[in-house]
Amino acid sequence: MSSSTNTPTHHTSTIGSIGTPSRRNTELALLVFAVLIPVFAYANVGLAIDGTVPAGLLSYGLGLGLIAGVGHLGVRKFAPYADPLLLPLATLLNGLGLVMIWRLDQSKLLQSLPNFAQAAPRQLMYTALGIGLFVAVLIFLKDHRVLQRYTYISMFAALVLLLLPLVPGLGANIYGAKIWISIPGLGTLQPGEFAKIILAVFFAGYLMVKRDALALASRRFMGLYLPRGRDLGPILVVWFVSILILVFETDLGTSLLFFGMFVIMLYVATERTSWIVFGLLMSAAGAVGVASFEPHIQTRVQAWLNPLHEYKLSQAGTHDGILHSEQAMQALWAFGSGGTLGTGWGQGHSELIRFAANSDFILASFGEELGLAGIMAILVIYGLIAERGIRTALAARDPFGKLLAVGLSGGFALQVFVVAGGVMGLIPLTGMTMPFVAYGGSSVIANWALMGILIRISDTARRPAPAPAPSPDAEMTQVVRP
Amino acid sequence: MSELTLTVMRLGFLAVLWLFVIVAVQVIRSDLFGTRVTQRGSRRDASRPQQAARQTTPPPQRQQQAAPPSGGGGGGRQRRGAPTKLVVSEGTLTGTTVALQGQTITLGRAHDSTIVLDDDYASSRHARIYPDRDGQWIVEDLGSTNGTYLDRSRLTTPTPVPLGAPIRIGKTVIELRK
Repeated sequence: MSSSTNTPTHHTSTIGSIGTPSRRNTELALLVFAVLIPVFAYANVGLAIDGTVPAGLLSYGLGLGLIAGVGHLGVRKFAPYADPLLLPLATLLNGLGLVMIWRLDQSKLLQSLPNFAQAAPRQLMYTALGIGLFVAVLIFLKDHRVLQRYTYISMFAALVLLLLPLVPGLGANIYGAKIWISIPGLGTLQPGEFAKIILAVFFAGYLMVKRDALALASRRFMGLYLPRGRDLGPILVVWFVSILILVFETDLGTSLLFFGMFVIMLYVATERTSWIVFGLLMSAAGAVGVASFEPHIQTRVQAWLNPLHEYKLSQAGTHDGILHSEQAMQALWAFGSGGTLGTGWGQGHSELIRFAANSDFILASFGEELGLAGIMAILVIYGLIAERGIRTALAARDPFGKLLAVGLSGGFALQVFVVAGGVMGLIPLTGMTMPFVAYGGSSVIANWALMGILIRISDTARRPAPAPAPSPDAEMTQVVRP
Repeated sequence: MSELTLTVMRLGFLAVLWLFVIVAVQVIRSDLFGTRVTQRGSRRDASRPQQAARQTTPPPQRQQQAAPPSGGGGGGRQRRGAPTKLVVSEGTLTGTTVALQGQTITLGRAHDSTIVLDDDYASSRHARIYPDRDGQWIVEDLGSTNGTYLDRSRLTTPTPVPLGAPIRIGKTVIELRK
């Protein structure tokens, strides 16, 4: 608002713009809160399982506090006007995930499994690496618009990353989905998690240039704007690539995430509802088409439609050439035994889901121990992260930053939906990880990098405008012409 | 560990988790920045002697205007049916009100105007509204480019303003109300 009633001495209401405060101290306070909650949970697990406060409490608390502190100092130094909520929310989710992974490490049943290894120390290390990458993004990415220069390079890089798991000798087939690559001596890496961010950069750069052609050149038909045939090209290419991922990597989640992210960004760039209609139709057709001949997808759909039947087949040891999944039913039982308020930390039996209890099904472990109330809180926290991302997009001044923020937060939200929906039986289960919470190095590191980019955009968006508005006194009065 | 302690911790944890969510939402609420409307001053501290003092020693930014007729301004407010506030009813400032306490109100694009008009068709110093000796409010055009209109007629001389009559300046319409 440039206009205001300008009389401090009289009774009048004043309309003035508020300078955006940096909010760093709010962030610090929330961050302290976000570190104390997991420490409380950690103590609670120890008391429930062993009856004593766990010995590692101090080192765990200090470790998480140190990680959060490094993140905060990085933001304070390199992005002082950034959103105050993103870092504390992500820290809380990461901390809760660490506690749940540590709690599952304590389970006698999981310890008796043949290839058991303590997961919590590794996850803490991944978190430290992730926050390191987060701060590195803040240091080296001074302006997110630099990414715009690498639009087509990032398309190429993302395709390479997506195709890497298919390279013989490099790709690793784990539990039926080929989305990992194995690096000798280092373990496995999920390149799709990084491709998510890089693809968002490509989509943002591409749509920023092409959005006018996509939005304006269209015919109106039955209340929908139908795009011209040649403008359908990009969406068809992305759709085809995501179908290829689905066929060759047999990973429904990654495929859905990339196509969904593109449709979200296309909709935001063009404001045309028809793209959403097209996107939904195309993804439904693609999913049904692929599911008709791909056995791995068929077992997932079967486990989704008849979880109890699949569980019985799995328990009976039926060998008819198809891997029957017992996990879908186990996850539902975990939620059910949690009830409204949960069994309490350390008092559930989520270890019955075996190896996946701390990765793909960690949400079911939370559902059992924290109940509906806890799951709702966790989902609200995810929702708040997505909301802050969209808010950043609204506040961003440049179209590239807007689209990138929408793409990143939309992709993040879509991933949460796909994983939570899969675990809760709303959609077929996919092999994706719950951001920040689930065990997995690639996921944690990539999502911290995503947070870094969002914080960078939000810092640019909320930074007070440098140049003062030109004085209206200097402007010419326009003359009314009769 | 006793069952009671664990139950208390279980419920306590959920409470703390939700408390965090609520605090986060409160932070979002306080983060909705943009414009803020603040009510300046209050009815209590606006006693007449202060107003009179302000009338006799106008703030420096208003010294370029002709001194308004003073003294009778306060008396006019006691009359029945006298306007008490000026309301912007059309234009970008719609909804803005200024209490009438015997002071001169200047309108224009200039920054030191009482009501700063964000209107391309307004001049820097467009018009002023002041009370005469009887407390009757007068509107006067200050030589503006596009003129000031009371009802439908363009002003040429200082003219008394009836209650509720629209004063049009560019795209902005203001009126006096009780």
